[in-house]
Amino acid sequence: MEIERHEYDVVVIGAGGAGLRAAIEARQQGKRTAIVCKSLFGKAHTVMAEGGAAAAMGNVNPDDNWMVHFRDTMRGGKFLNNWRMAELHAKEAPDRVWELEAWGALFDRTKDGKISQRNFGGHEYPRLAHVGDRTGLELIRTLQQRVVALQQEDEKLHGDPEAYIKVFAECTVTRLLKEGGAIAGAFGYWRETGKFVLFDAPAVVLATGGIGKSYVVTSNSWEYTGDGHALALLAGAELINMEFIQFHPTGMVWPPSVRGILVTESVRGDGGVLRNSEGRRFMFDYVPDVFKDKYATTEEEADRWYTDQANNRRPPELLPRDEVARAINAEVKAGRGSPQGGVFLDVSTRLPAAEIVKRLPSMHHQFKELADVDITREPMQVGPTCHYIMGGVEVDADTGAASVPGLFAAGEVSGGMHGSNRLGGNSLSDLLVFGRRAGAGAAAYVNGLAKRPAASEESIRDARDEALAPLERSGGENPYEVHHELQRTMNELVGIIRKAEEVSEALEAVEKLKERSKNTASPGGRIYNPGWHLALDLRNMLLVSECVARAALLREESRGGHTRDDYPKMSPEWRRRLLVCSATPDGATVSVEEKIQPSMRADLLVLFDRPELSKYLTEDELAEYDAVDGAVKEA
Amino acid sequence: MGYKAKFRVWRGEGGEGRLEDFTVEVNEGEVVLDVIHRLQATQAPDLAVRWNCKAGKCGSCSMEINGKPRLGCMTRMSTFEETETITVTPMRTFPVIKDLVTDVSFNYQKAREIPSFTPPKDVKPGEYRMQQIDVERSQEFRKCIECFMCNNVCHVIRDHDENKPAFAGPRFLMRIAELDMHPYDVADRKDSAQNEHGLGYCNITKCCTEVCPEHIKITDNALIPMKERVVDRKYDPLVWLGNKIFKRSGG
Ligand SMILES: Cc1cc2nc3c(=O)[nH]c(=O)nc-3n(C[C@H](O)[C@H](O)[C@H](O)COP(=O)(O)OP(=O)(O)OC[C@H]3O[C@@H](n4cnc5c(N)ncnc54)[C@H](O)[C@@H]3O)c2cc1C
Ligand code: SF4
Ligand code: SF4
Ligand code: FES
Repeated sequence: MEIERHEYDVVVIGAGGAGLRAAIEARQQGKRTAIVCKSLFGKAHTVMAEGGAAAAMGNVNPDDNWMVHFRDTMRGGKFLNNWRMAELHAKEAPDRVWELEAWGALFDRTKDGKISQRNFGGHEYPRLAHVGDRTGLELIRTLQQRVVALQQEDEKLHGDPEAYIKVFAECTVTRLLKEGGAIAGAFGYWRETGKFVLFDAPAVVLATGGIGKSYVVTSNSWEYTGDGHALALLAGAELINMEFIQFHPTGMVWPPSVRGILVTESVRGDGGVLRNSEGRRFMFDYVPDVFKDKYATTEEEADRWYTDQANNRRPPELLPRDEVARAINAEVKAGRGSPQGGVFLDVSTRLPAAEIVKRLPSMHHQFKELADVDITREPMQVGPTCHYIMGGVEVDADTGAASVPGLFAAGEVSGGMHGSNRLGGNSLSDLLVFGRRAGAGAAAYVNGLAKRPAASEESIRDARDEALAPLERSGGENPYEVHHELQRTMNELVGIIRKAEEVSEALEAVEKLKERSKNTASPGGRIYNPGWHLALDLRNMLLVSECVARAALLREESRGGHTRDDYPKMSPEWRRRLLVCSATPDGATVSVEEKIQPSMRADLLVLFDRPELSKYLTEDELAEYDAVDGAVKEA
Repeated sequence: MGYKAKFRVWRGEGGEGRLEDFTVEVNEGEVVLDVIHRLQATQAPDLAVRWNCKAGKCGSCSMEINGKPRLGCMTRMSTFEETETITVTPMRTFPVIKDLVTDVSFNYQKAREIPSFTPPKDVKPGEYRMQQIDVERSQEFRKCIECFMCNNVCHVIRDHDENKPAFAGPRFLMRIAELDMHPYDVADRKDSAQNEHGLGYCNITKCCTEVCPEHIKITDNALIPMKERVVDRKYDPLVWLGNKIFKRSGG
């Protein structure tokens, strides 16, 4: 059996923000590090991020600090967040952004020469470091160039640029390998040649991003097939919060071939407003009780906020994404949608044309090129699109370690940080903060190992056979058709608004598709064969979709990225309960268990006031709060 | 709305191949990449094409459409006549791996040859202060999505493999300019631009600027100013003297 083999200390799967930051850290700690990714180096999904990276640097409003950021994050996630992650994130994000600047990033500036920060939904102060509307590109390019800088250092020191950090681009990992209970490596194939490759490594960091390709309408690219989620499950790790999926309120709705492509939230942050077919700014009708005192009630107040934030409340267009997405959904259902089935998002009447082109260049370009719409002259039509999964691998907040020894995860593939709903801008900062921590966690784990686990020949053979199967069958199912049916099922039955019957129906459909996917056949050879690649990705998409649907069926409440038509209210009882998914090693059976989330540390709890907490917590938890709050006040 | 279009697509591996004809459905609003995907899903499941974002942001889907370098995901079908035969071929300057996918490792090699951002030693993260106007020049170049179409089109290497070792191509000459114009970069890049990365090969034909999907003025804003900086350096006796003194005192 012909398999190329490489030996590393740490293998990072994924070259987006999280993966690159993890790899840089592992290398900086002296570990021999491989970065494996499905696309070319520098093209991971992170390039698509537009709005910015949230970090409480206080450059625009000096009142901002980590505590305000922490509170906003917890509120956005409806208090279901892993509070330790939210704390670390809020505290460390500024350092991570400044570090990028020292590696060559050029963010937009304030008048006094600091990094400029912009407003975004759910953030109390202007907080997003940005470069126009191409922040993700800046982030990924800076990290890519940092990797290159390290390689240049290694070339000087060791005569080989790839001595300590090497990128394996267009290479897909299909299985993690273990010895005993611990990680021993990863198995995959080169997309270009179809040849197999095996990484012998005691530590693997998953940084594979999200799962959007299980849905028809999505802002996500082809890479988002939930590979990391599935690899973790199959290796025996757990996923949490899989029922929480963020539907971004503003995706393009027309033309059909670009349906779902993102329209950045900065459009609203910079003054864009949402209107229905009657011309009404309908978001004023959808401010939920928990946010009533934080949002403007009149258009006049909302408009004043853009220039005077101290004395006015923010416009309801800037509510957290789940609220805005549901509102748009409701307007369209009520027959007040735009001609192409969305609502109107307008900046043309709000800002001078030159200002729009300067502040939102990519959006201007995107609409002009793809939809023939000039956003400086007419409104855009937008509707919800599957955007981000809050759920992912359950990890230790400080080290990114999953329950399987040697397995780490960071970025969108990990779960907990964002609770039931992520705030815009909190992902890019999450990638940096927890990418670094996972890289350090992996390095420390390797340091503590007495001996390197080795994958058995049998497990390697199994991985190879599994990967070859679709090529060896003939006359089986067309993987494109199975994929398409899965996307339709998830979109229609486990979408923004869910019902028990529909989710159950989806589970039955997924079960059937799982059977069909075992019989897919891919004609053609092993060299760059997209039909074969898709057939292999199907296993992952199906497994992840099953987790989403199973968890969505169990959670009988509505919170953040999970809305149940039959249980429309948020329930304090459910707040503390995490749904934990696990699977058998062959992926045949997925099970979900409830787990109680630990209480928030007292010093964090008292950052909130009681009336706010009473909207989220149970009576018992409030009694706990009263006890600590009393103790703090006495001290 | 829909119609059947005639497509002619390069198929082949490892240096051999031919144009293959297809008739394929096209719907309103579609781009060339959509049509390639339809071919994959219905007629040629193993047709290789590189793409990722499908929104003009990642620079993966570079190809030549009717002989012009374009992003497949940003080329709308409505820009062609319905009767026209659309020919899609891989980028010509880089070796073909399969069908529309080329080996672009040349570009990554060149990226690694350009010395990295070099800030002064005593500035700590968080202490950087730069005015917007001073970062804008480099920011324009950082819009680059690394589609490598400028390198693909530049005649210095398009049909001249022999020039490849000595020439970084517009993408990476622009990277040198970007760093040279970065307010905090202290490395001296002028001599190496000329002597090591082949700035002198560029005779400012602007073909690179014409194909750039990000509309970066590569020639006018990066290459010509960089050439001027090199020339100033060469002929300004004070700079020359300053250099010598600096070098000597630096040991
Ligand atoms: C259009 C858009 C705009 C956004 N804007 C913002 C924003 O303004 N601010 C913000 O904070 N967030 C934003 N987000 C969210 C944010 O961009 C993502 O959540 C984030 O980039 C994910 O980064 P990551 O490092 O986890 O993964 P990614 O950047 O997606 O990288 C995943 C990597 O894993 C690799 N990979 C996957 N599977 C495998 C496998 N089996 N084998 C090998 N490699 C594999 C991929 O090739 C890729 O390199 C946006 C998202 C989208 C879609
Ligand atoms: S301007 Fe220079 S770099 Fe650009 S295509 Fe012409 S010769 Fe090549
Ligand atoms: S400069 Fe323009 S053409 Fe050249 S690689 Fe960058 S984006 Fe592409
Ligand atoms: S697919 Fe990303 S630029 Fe075309």
